[in-house]
Amino acid sequence: MRKKILSVILAASMIAACLTGCGGAAATTGTADASAGSGAGLFPAVPKDQIKVGVIHITDPAEGSGYTYTHDLGIQGMQKNLGLADNQIIRKNNTDDGDPTAIENAILECIEEGCQIIFATSYGYMDTCEKVATEYPDVIISHGTGYKSNGKNFNNYFGRIYQARYLSGIAAGLKTESNKIGYVSAFGKTLSETGGGIDAFAMGVESVNPDATVYVKVTNSWYDPEGEAQAAQALISDGCDVIAQHCDTPNPQLAAEEAGVYGVGYNSDMSKDAPKAVLCSVMWDWSAYYTWAVEQVINGTWTGENYYGGMKEGLVTLSDLADFNDPEAAAKIEEARKKMLDGSFNVFDGEIETNDGQIVGTKGGTLDDATIQGGIDWYYKNVVEK
Amino acid sequence: MSFLIKFIVAAVVAGTPLLFGTIGEIMNERVGHLNLGVEGMMSLGAIAGFMAAYRSDNFAVAIAAAFLAGAAGALIYAIVTVTFMANHTVAGLTLTIFGIGLTNVIGFYYLGMSENGTMKLPEHVTSQMRSISVPGLSDLPVVGELLFSYNPFIYIGIVIAILLAIFYNRTQAGLNVRAIGENPAAADAAGVHILAWKYVNIIIGGGICGIGGAFTIMITNGGVWISDCVGGLGWIAVALVIFAAWKPVNAIWGSFVFGAMRILKYYVNKEVIHIPDAFYDMLPFLVTAIILVIVSARQVRDKAQPAACGTNYFREDR
Repeated sequence: MRKKILSVILAASMIAACLTGCGGAAATTGTADASAGSGAGLFPAVPKDQIKVGVIHITDPAEGSGYTYTHDLGIQGMQKNLGLADNQIIRKNNTDDGDPTAIENAILECIEEGCQIIFATSYGYMDTCEKVATEYPDVIISHGTGYKSNGKNFNNYFGRIYQARYLSGIAAGLKTESNKIGYVSAFGKTLSETGGGIDAFAMGVESVNPDATVYVKVTNSWYDPEGEAQAAQALISDGCDVIAQHCDTPNPQLAAEEAGVYGVGYNSDMSKDAPKAVLCSVMWDWSAYYTWAVEQVINGTWTGENYYGGMKEGLVTLSDLADFNDPEAAAKIEEARKKMLDGSFNVFDGEIETNDGQIVGTKGGTLDDATIQGGIDWYYKNVVEK
Repeated sequence: MSFLIKFIVAAVVAGTPLLFGTIGEIMNERVGHLNLGVEGMMSLGAIAGFMAAYRSDNFAVAIAAAFLAGAAGALIYAIVTVTFMANHTVAGLTLTIFGIGLTNVIGFYYLGMSENGTMKLPEHVTSQMRSISVPGLSDLPVVGELLFSYNPFIYIGIVIAILLAIFYNRTQAGLNVRAIGENPAAADAAGVHILAWKYVNIIIGGGICGIGGAFTIMITNGGVWISDCVGGLGWIAVALVIFAAWKPVNAIWGSFVFGAMRILKYYVNKEVIHIPDAFYDMLPFLVTAIILVIVSARQVRDKAQPAACGTNYFREDR
């Protein structure tokens, strides 16, 4: 009995020692940071050779082509732009975004390794990021593609991918001969990100080809290799001769290539997967944000504001056009791109007619960012979800 | 009409990887081994078939490599369960986890070495693996498209299934193999080589699963390597074995029916019939559950699972 009590006391004291040990370590790093302070932001500046950047990925960047790969290219771009060493980037790969414990562990590991800023790249990390950010007010947690933030050490970053989708719609609208354009989407108008993307694409199509219709098929998954291929095949069987996509694998483009029709890629330049089919790809260049954000931390000018970059910031781009595009495409796309860059055209301008006969927006106005990010639950007039 | 034909063609293509997985699993269960490693063996077949095609640019080499990789996975399972009599369920699940993991690791390694994060099969093998064209026959209206427009995998799968059906139903050796699955002690007493036949069936079955894995990467994913390319088809194949009542010929049409159920949601016009997508996703499993209930209620003996399936046979326990 005495042995038992002794062992319990021993265990308890060990746990207590552990806890105080951890707390102490965190406290010292906190004060060390404070003493280095200068600049106008919420946090003190960090010398470039001392900054550590954490990244939480949902899969492994090595998988190629898709979502994580594109984010990691952004991280690598940032590392190169700022001249950081390899050991200043801490990656936590394969962090399941449906598993709060795994997410929290990944973030805490980054904090323990001394990261001042942590990028969480998947939507599902949002709530855990919010929680950890309140517990560790000295560490910046920057969450991608969500909508929550606290204005201090937890912000949200995303981009106006709809601008590039509008431009790709021009290429598709000019190329189609059947006037049927397919669109394989992870989700439909139930999610503003996908719904808005489809609408912007359809508006680009309509700007050059009012007779064309955009047919949407929804896979209900961001990553469903088989479903994405089958959805594309169904669209092609239905007579679509350009296949655009908002999902992670290049399978819709490969299906288009096999059937001898065309497509519009997404995430990274998919012409490397299907060179005979891809007219152009709608691409993210996350290095634009990652470089900007890490620079803010280094300079001590971090203000906790949300980031919603677009074509102007270089976050969103359209790949080079393939040479089998319609001859007019390059000029028409350039024209629209210029208008977007000088601010005279914002895609969701004026009164917009939806496919169920409603009118969205106001004459002379444009949809605000909050609506674009969270309130597009309609399809443009030339869209049909099948 | 032409849309219906396209739907049928797409259903057959969607069902083909299931056909291979199902035949492989039937061969396992016919000798009394419930092998839940189908997904893993298919994954191994996928990476081996892909890398072989990538390096050799030859379709036949790719199929052979996929078969060997699937068979190698099955060999591990056979050693563990037949010789060392481990629990079938645990050994099979382990094989699945191992197969998927090893496949992704190899895939990551080669993607990391690739130029721009993409590996795509070369032109020559791509043209070999895509749909065949039989002069004269493929151009026939309707029939040409329904029967002679597929990629070579589909014909290979059907031939294997028919050969296997003949083996089980028309040969002495096939009858012996079926006896092993029903009552190994009786088969042993009758002089059947239990160990040898178990190994042969499990390994060849694994190889056939491997070919199905090669299908997923070469056809479904168009010959571009992606992680987790089998994507759960191996599990559906395990369900299909029940649907097919452990008969290879039933596996042919059963897998095409399952293929049809899997693509149905993309071919139903949502403007006319509006059912939530989740319904289509659960359809194959719902149908399997219903079939299971019907079969067990009617107690038709030749449509039941082989009686000794899932148990180990130890001669000295007799």
